[in-house]
Amino acid sequence: MTNSQKFERSENRSPMLKDLPPDGGQFKTRGHWRKIWANFRRRRLAFVSLIIISFIYLLGIFAPVIQTHDYQETNLRETQQGPSADHWFGTDRAGRDLYTRVVWGIQTTVIITVTSFATGSLLLGVSIGLAAGYFRGWTDAIIMRVGEVVSAFPDILLIILLAATLRPRFVQFARDIEDSTGMTGLVSSGIVDYVVIGVALLPLSWFGMMRLVRGQVLVLREAEYVQAARAMGTSTPRILYRHILPNVVSPIIVSVSFGIGAIALSEVILSFFGLGVQPPRPSLGVMIGEVTARGGASVSVLRDHPEQLLAPIIVVWLLIFSWNIVGDALNDVLNPRAR
Amino acid sequence: MLAYIVRRLLWTPVLLALAAFFVFIMGTWAPGDPAELRLGNRATPDNIKRERERMGLNDPIPVRYFNYVGGVLKGDFGDSYHYQGRSVLEIVRPRLWVSMQLNIAALIVAVSIGLPLGFYAAKKQGTARDPAIVISMLVLYAMPVFFTAPFLILFFAVKLHWVPASGWGGFFSLQIILPALTIGIPGAAVFVRFMRASTLDVIGQEYVRTAHAKGMSNFVVNYRHVARNALLPVVTIMGFTMAGMFGGSLIVELIYGIPGAGRLSLDAIFQRDFPVLTAFVLLGAGMLVFANLIIDIAYTIIDPRIRLQ
Repeated sequence: MTNSQKFERSENRSPMLKDLPPDGGQFKTRGHWRKIWANFRRRRLAFVSLIIISFIYLLGIFAPVIQTHDYQETNLRETQQGPSADHWFGTDRAGRDLYTRVVWGIQTTVIITVTSFATGSLLLGVSIGLAAGYFRGWTDAIIMRVGEVVSAFPDILLIILLAATLRPRFVQFARDIEDSTGMTGLVSSGIVDYVVIGVALLPLSWFGMMRLVRGQVLVLREAEYVQAARAMGTSTPRILYRHILPNVVSPIIVSVSFGIGAIALSEVILSFFGLGVQPPRPSLGVMIGEVTARGGASVSVLRDHPEQLLAPIIVVWLLIFSWNIVGDALNDVLNPRAR
Repeated sequence: MLAYIVRRLLWTPVLLALAAFFVFIMGTWAPGDPAELRLGNRATPDNIKRERERMGLNDPIPVRYFNYVGGVLKGDFGDSYHYQGRSVLEIVRPRLWVSMQLNIAALIVAVSIGLPLGFYAAKKQGTARDPAIVISMLVLYAMPVFFTAPFLILFFAVKLHWVPASGWGGFFSLQIILPALTIGIPGAAVFVRFMRASTLDVIGQEYVRTAHAKGMSNFVVNYRHVARNALLPVVTIMGFTMAGMFGGSLIVELIYGIPGAGRLSLDAIFQRDFPVLTAFVLLGAGMLVFANLIIDIAYTIIDPRIRLQ
């Protein structure tokens, strides 16, 4: 660690005379993000983690292309099989192909993380944080108090309560839409599941981001360049989005990279409990639940076929671990002052 | 400092009332008609109407909320929909007690592994042992309880037969070992991380160098000057870590077949027994709020530097 730090410092030092090109031309400067990318790539573990994450996510995105079977297709003559040429990861107790189900389960994870981050953390968290930090006073006080109430609950309990109470309402709502418009497949497509999970995960994602952004904005709004912009009559939205937001991007990126693992895990936990993605749609959580906790026969399935757990669990574990490593590295690269 | 404590003490009841309001609204909004659920087979439209009136379901929401809070303050969370004629508290209390014992055992595991290991890693900074500890803890932290629980069962119960695979036998039984380890290990990873960081902070302080220069023994410097000061910031994250472990314990209870609060709340969801679920969520919130309050106040008392500010 210390060696690489020294190395970076020499990379980042201010330009000196001997750095001038021989022909006396301009300094060659690299863009801010290019420099950060170069620093990030130098951390081998983090870089490998990023590749692992991309690989897993690509598997999920291309699930319909790379599946070897249909994820619902049962085959009662080939249940509980080990890995073979036909079933790469084996089959579960209904004879469904585990490889295909893992790949589709990853797709569920990808959809949930992306949507819940785009809405909860980025849209809600960042904009509310900007507002609270910039306007202070009552706006800030109310937002912070609401946040305190939300964070008074243990995360998992709140998510479970929300998912349990919202699901029937949302399903009913979707049925009504189907009935009145004559559309079919809205409920069975799993969109309702995604919406329920997304909403249930909101309290987990928005408050942390909002507090982070608010803290940064509270400092930045007193910065001289912001005061200058205000003195020149720049409008408030423009100050927020043009002058303040770009300076908060680094901590936001770090926070997102730490948060994604938690969001992915929460979806797995919800589905494990049977409150998230509903069968027949596969989810890593559902797959884990089927082997470990459904019914009273958990230990016998686990004892006889523990290998069925391997694929979903390793994927979940790799994702969380890799996002942690990437988050750590991004934190070092983007916030060198915090070290 | 007194003003801070007073403000916290005044805000806490408000916070809990708001939390109760949220839980109450979720409970009333939950699917299913409580009167119908309670009547079961006897649910004719007339009976339902009478039962709704008797249960006070036709009152305006604010009235019902105040009745609910009034009841909660007296320890009455209403009656269960599913278990006829039994109060929620009667059902929740023994289950919660089981979960608390499990979590205390897990906290003991987390603290007794996490704090010494974090301290050790910080002392060994610059050697290969420090990153080895940090990385292996990160690996363990990222490992979901779905992973550790089956692994521990397979290895220690099914293969070695050292401990029973599942069940519950109280705090002082062999059965508690595996679940406590399962919940405690990720918690230990969090403690290692924080303890290491805060120890590194303290080691660099001048008073530590002074203590060494005075010729004090390593032992005294380590424990009196470094460890005690390094522990302070770690105390503050205790509350959050406990909340996180509590979440993990819900899953662990399912996998190990422990009759705790996790099992109960999940059954409550599928039986649509919302008074039980909301009571459980509210109790969880109350415990978390009080734990954080006690930790914050204790912190100002332990650390004189904060008192002076």
